[in-house]
Amino acid sequence: MAIANYLYLSAILFTIGAIGVVVRRNSIVVFMCIELMLNAANLAFVTFARINSNLEGQVVAFFTMVVAACEVVVGLAIIVTIYRSRRSASVDDASLLKR
Amino acid sequence: MLTAPSLSYSLLAPMLIVFGGAVAGVLVEAFLAKTHRAAVQLTISLGALLLALQQLWRIRDLSSTTAAVNSVAIDKAGIFLQATVVLLALVAVLLIADQDNFVAQASAVPGSSEEINTLQQKSQQTEIFPLFLFAVGGMMLFPVATDLITLFVALEVFSLPLYLLAGLSRRKRLLSQEAALKYFLLGAYASAFFLFGAAFLYGYAGTISLSGISAAFGTANEVFLLIGIVFLSVGLLFKISAVPFHSWTPDVYQGAPTPITAFMAACTKVAAFGAILRIFYVGFAQSQTLWQPIITVIAILTMIFGSIVAITQRDIKRMLAYSSIAHAGFLLSGVVALNKDGLAASLFYLFTYGFTTLAAFGIIGLVKDSAGEVTDLNRWIGLGKKSPLVAGVFAFLLLSFAGIPLTSGFIAKFAIFSAAYKSGNIALVVVGVLASAIAAFFYIRVIIMIFFTDPVNDSVSVIIPSVKSRISITIATLISIILGLAPSLLLNGADNFANFLR
Repeated sequence: MAIANYLYLSAILFTIGAIGVVVRRNSIVVFMCIELMLNAANLAFVTFARINSNLEGQVVAFFTMVVAACEVVVGLAIIVTIYRSRRSASVDDASLLKR
Repeated sequence: MLTAPSLSYSLLAPMLIVFGGAVAGVLVEAFLAKTHRAAVQLTISLGALLLALQQLWRIRDLSSTTAAVNSVAIDKAGIFLQATVVLLALVAVLLIADQDNFVAQASAVPGSSEEINTLQQKSQQTEIFPLFLFAVGGMMLFPVATDLITLFVALEVFSLPLYLLAGLSRRKRLLSQEAALKYFLLGAYASAFFLFGAAFLYGYAGTISLSGISAAFGTANEVFLLIGIVFLSVGLLFKISAVPFHSWTPDVYQGAPTPITAFMAACTKVAAFGAILRIFYVGFAQSQTLWQPIITVIAILTMIFGSIVAITQRDIKRMLAYSSIAHAGFLLSGVVALNKDGLAASLFYLFTYGFTTLAAFGIIGLVKDSAGEVTDLNRWIGLGKKSPLVAGVFAFLLLSFAGIPLTSGFIAKFAIFSAAYKSGNIALVVVGVLASAIAAFFYIRVIIMIFFTDPVNDSVSVIIPSVKSRISITIATLISIILGLAPSLLLNGADNFANFLR
């Protein structure tokens, strides 16, 4: 299979994630879409590592996983706090600042 | 056979000290009795920042070099930006030390008996200090990072603590938590774009170092380069709140605790613009025809949008948020200029703007009624008669934002526009001057409200600040005044330090 197909797959996954963030209303789902985008970037990195035949891209992929894990910790902490205050995780309900 | 990477600890010392202080702060949270924590945490934060400043002073004259296997460039501009971040953080930590702005226990549900109990016991969590130090460490790393991994990691290291800090306000907790949620979701969205762009830059150049990306120009597929630049820029422009990636700024500035807003508004701008300047001046200098038109348009939109929308704001924090958007536009003209003058002017601008912003938000934190801070502009009417000194200082800071002659803001704007003019971006200069004129209108409108409108019968008053806040606001204001009267003190320095390692 042509290696470029992995790049197309990565672009498709990234687009799905990017659209999901905009259209979905539950903050957990929005967050999952962001994770999907990060993983799409990871796939692109690994594919480019193969195309360029060096290892830097694979190293980046590992770093991205660690950073994404940190982001989950912070993100879920914020979302859970909001849920406990309002009994809702919908991003539409978070509209006090719009006046 | 694997060889261990060589690290130049003496060059990395400023960052290592700050990160070390943050880790020590986490240990203090875990092991020290509650009663002593606040004092110890403040000592650790101040100590780490002062020590980092001393280390930066020590390495200031070393010739530019890389540290940590070419991942970090310790060069003139990098040292200047790091020193700016540390100085701003030193002043900001004194504002943050006024703990009654922060929630007593972040995990307690707002209005619950748990929250009321902790407030009655006067117990106070102090995790803001380690979070603050981690953010400062990341902000020091971001402008000196020279490869895409380090840039991404630094971006997250300073962003993640800020997301949490934005949600820790003691009063109006729902607003504050909402600000944290918005900041987090949009920030993570932007960093995903940043990472995807980084992947395409790596695919384009076959290396993740900025100098490698610059060297690959003309030899590789330019479509990948363009995709890379566009997506990477989305992530960066989000951090500096350029239009159209600005929508989080007013909400987060308004919802976050005011000392955090002060810190974030000043230091994030320095770190993010430092990184943008390095990426565009070092990594993308060869490919300027690809990105200069895009960034020029964004700079123009940002200046105009920020200045015009600020006029309609009724909340002082939101107004300053839109003003910071306008300032991001002015600063972007220094990026587009792509010459040494542009870099020197941007360094000077970031320094003066940072201190003016810190002082302004510090003063906003002083205007209170019985329920907490008052940010509604209509209730600021007549404040000049109640407390002339504070109102006078605030008016001066607004004039500096507006760029009236004899203030530091004027020198900064003049320097950055003349750099843009030299590089031939006349349109940018014309729009910039017009936007400054529009912006001056709403700053002066606030001054008229404060001084020349009769006070309404209102319980709003300026509280007597604690010694720490007083020191902090005084230092920041003095720096702003001095740089307005004698700009050459720093302008020469910025000129000497305006040099990136390529």
